[in-house]
Amino acid sequence: MNVHVREDMERHVLRADDGIVMGEDLLKVDHISLSFGGVKAITDISFDIKKGEIRAIIGPNGAGKTSMLNVINGFYHPQEGTITFRGKRRRRVRPYETAREGIARTFQNIALFKGMSTLDNIMTGRITLQKRNMFWHGLWTGPAEREEIEHREAVERIIDFLEIEHIRKTPVGRLPYGLQKRVELGRALAAEPALLLLDEPMAGMNLEEKEDMSRFILDVNQQYGTTIALIEHDMGVVMDLSDRVVVLDYGRKIGDGTPDEVRNNKDVIDAYLGVPHE
Amino acid sequence: MPTPVQAGASVPCTFPQYLLLNAQRFGARTAMRHKDHGVWKSWTWAELSDEVRAFSLGLKAIGLKSGDKVAIVGHNRPRLYWAFAAAQALGAVPVPVYADSVAEEMAYVLDHAGVHFAICQDQEQVDKVLSMVDKLTDLHKIVYDEARGMRDYDHTNLHSIDAIERAGREMLASDGDAAWKEEIAAGTGDALAVMLYTSGTTGKPKGVMLSFDNLVVSARNGNSFDGLTEKDTILAYLPLAWVGDHVFTYAQAYVAGYCVCCPESAETVDSDRREIAPSYFFAPPRVFENLLTAVMVRMEDAGPTKKRMFDHFMAHARRVGEPILNGESVGLWDRLKYGLGELLVYGPLKNRMGFTRMRVGYTAGEAIGPEIFRFYRSLGLNLKQLYGQTEASVYISAQPDGEIRADTVGRPSPDVEIQIAESGEVMYRSPGVFLGYYRNDEATRDTKTHDNWVHTGDAGFFDHEGHLKIIDRAKDVGKLNDGSLFAPKYIENKLKFYPNIKEAVAFGDGRDFCAVFLNIDLTAVGNWAERNNVSYASYQELAQHPQVYSMMEEHVAQVNRDLAGEDMMAGSQIARFLVLHKELDADDGELTRTQKVRRSFIAERYAPLIEALYDGSTEKYVETEVTFEDGRKGKITATVDIRDMKRLPVAGAQKEAAE
Repeated sequence: MNVHVREDMERHVLRADDGIVMGEDLLKVDHISLSFGGVKAITDISFDIKKGEIRAIIGPNGAGKTSMLNVINGFYHPQEGTITFRGKRRRRVRPYETAREGIARTFQNIALFKGMSTLDNIMTGRITLQKRNMFWHGLWTGPAEREEIEHREAVERIIDFLEIEHIRKTPVGRLPYGLQKRVELGRALAAEPALLLLDEPMAGMNLEEKEDMSRFILDVNQQYGTTIALIEHDMGVVMDLSDRVVVLDYGRKIGDGTPDEVRNNKDVIDAYLGVPHE
Repeated sequence: MPTPVQAGASVPCTFPQYLLLNAQRFGARTAMRHKDHGVWKSWTWAELSDEVRAFSLGLKAIGLKSGDKVAIVGHNRPRLYWAFAAAQALGAVPVPVYADSVAEEMAYVLDHAGVHFAICQDQEQVDKVLSMVDKLTDLHKIVYDEARGMRDYDHTNLHSIDAIERAGREMLASDGDAAWKEEIAAGTGDALAVMLYTSGTTGKPKGVMLSFDNLVVSARNGNSFDGLTEKDTILAYLPLAWVGDHVFTYAQAYVAGYCVCCPESAETVDSDRREIAPSYFFAPPRVFENLLTAVMVRMEDAGPTKKRMFDHFMAHARRVGEPILNGESVGLWDRLKYGLGELLVYGPLKNRMGFTRMRVGYTAGEAIGPEIFRFYRSLGLNLKQLYGQTEASVYISAQPDGEIRADTVGRPSPDVEIQIAESGEVMYRSPGVFLGYYRNDEATRDTKTHDNWVHTGDAGFFDHEGHLKIIDRAKDVGKLNDGSLFAPKYIENKLKFYPNIKEAVAFGDGRDFCAVFLNIDLTAVGNWAERNNVSYASYQELAQHPQVYSMMEEHVAQVNRDLAGEDMMAGSQIARFLVLHKELDADDGELTRTQKVRRSFIAERYAPLIEALYDGSTEKYVETEVTFEDGRKGKITATVDIRDMKRLPVAGAQKEAAE
């Protein structure tokens, strides 16, 4: 008997295809400079993020990593330089506009709604995807109800994915730190982002929580095909997870390449081990 | 639309035959539920048999054949339960494995069983099996349920259940299911149904082979004993590899046709139980203890009115709840008040715990504290105790309705004969007695006599009502010098039922009298100290506090009174005790990782204290090495008091108390 068993592993790409092929530029920053008054946070930085990769941004404290993320998601507006996202050069945008365009993020210090349940927090991630207006949702019948059910189903898939079924109804403020981080990741995923920005997803976690989080980041990348840019201080994690690393120091780019290239880059070693600056 | 699967004509003797019968007789009744993505999904018996058929045919398509062993690795998922019937329909033998075991432990079982197929829940389990695939020469195929993370794996010998079911349905469409049904109809009761590996707390795990007859007869007896029908519901949350789960949620469910509910995940069992409210429920004592603690903690936080109401009605329930449950005569006024309590307190409480519809509940595995047991019974919950073993297809003895004691395990189950051997060991013979240990004839011969009596390894006796009482592992039971029986665990359990006592270690084998070490429970005693303005700076200081000693003395005196009331045990009343200056700890090797006392190690480590217990001194200076959490070692020193206890004359008066 020869019955062929087919293994078609359907890939759940959440957001509809945006026409960019895996491995091509999803986001490109060119000669970005950002300063606050006389303080230069970022000086003439250029790099790209390719679709489907995990891109790490590393650097010592104050190197400008978080500023860079804030520039990417439209919170800061650079004085010089251009940002191209999905092939379109971006003008001055507000964070909610970048969110609609498909950039979601998590924060260094957790920014969840403490009094709301895990489920409700993740539901808020769906707001940019809502089609009906507030009036319909106020009535909560017919199309709005159907839409709500769709959103809920999407959220339940994320809850299942992140293995947080047991805290579905728990107020987020009562959860331990590691779980809150996971909920925050869930909320970012709920927006079905094309680009996910993670600002220190593993800060303050113990080894086991870090392992779990690494697993989730890899799974998000593989299963949903989400492009990820992450800032992280744990070099072990960075080197294991990321496809390419960009290194910043004092607002300048000092290295860019695969983890191995970066590890052997003299400037990077100097920046991390500390070389006196004149 | 599932096409109905037709059953054969004769009385079923295997589970696949029962499956076909159920699809016919209970076709539209719910057979299984699973909470998935936050919603309970369900399958009727007709749908279930349709799924199992597709699964089974698909397994056949990838080469599963009669006699093959199939490892089932994972938690309580519907498809893993289907895998049992799907494999059995082809004459293959399922071998469920503890999902929590590490790769090496699992490798031993899979290798020993010689499994050909492994059906895994998810990537985690697949990875474990793949990591030891070199050692498993018989293993051909790995099958998995959840596809997450598996995309980049080599799928030559790896298949998803989705794909297998699809292949099965294609086969059904092209070839029909006549051959499949014939194979099921040809199944006989004496065939090997399942191999369950004992957890292996003593030595290497042994593969207990159970036949369909063993399981079907046990399930039938179990169902009729407790009146279980197709209308009942059970929550499947215990390990698949454990015989209790296999019998309660597979064998009995197929025979009676009741509904099995799989929780969303191991962490959500409590809330899932609340939603399902099973009518038939099994849990080890630990679960009942934790539930009670959770309730009590919440009540402590409740407002004064609620708290007063709770206390008042719970006191009433303690007085009349059990007699009402046992059908004894209770005054009208008390009954009315109990009814009001049901409305105000007991009902909401049961709802909270998910016991609203519970008709039959069992606890087994360990001794349950009498207070905890009575608490649940007084709420009107029919909680009972049973005594069973893998080798017996669970049932050895169980408590019939209305004859419930906190300290017995009931009468012999239907069709079970029990005898107590010379040595005090409990032996039984029943239709559920296993075929033998797989590839281990020596162990089979040691356990099972030629005329089918099985050694349990437990010591016990029948009390005057004909109820079986289990006292200890047979090898731990000894004798005092005056010849009276000494069962350390029995005494220790009695002591540990007091919340203030965390651990107890009893000595007495080959000695003149019984003496114990006690460990205070820091949470309970610390709480007591806080309420009574007893100040202390360390565990050691609290443990040696005179008032704490008096408290312990009361507990020991009460245990002695209990022991005096039991003919067999009265001789081993506690003569002397001391409270240890440090907490027994697994880090110091005094407990196993599962928190069981390591008797011989403790005897060695605290030899001077044991000596002091028996040489009549009233205090003893000791130095003990301790290991801190970071691995450093240190010493603590203390002078430990030793107290004498009065031993009471034996109530039965056959034996002299050893005064």
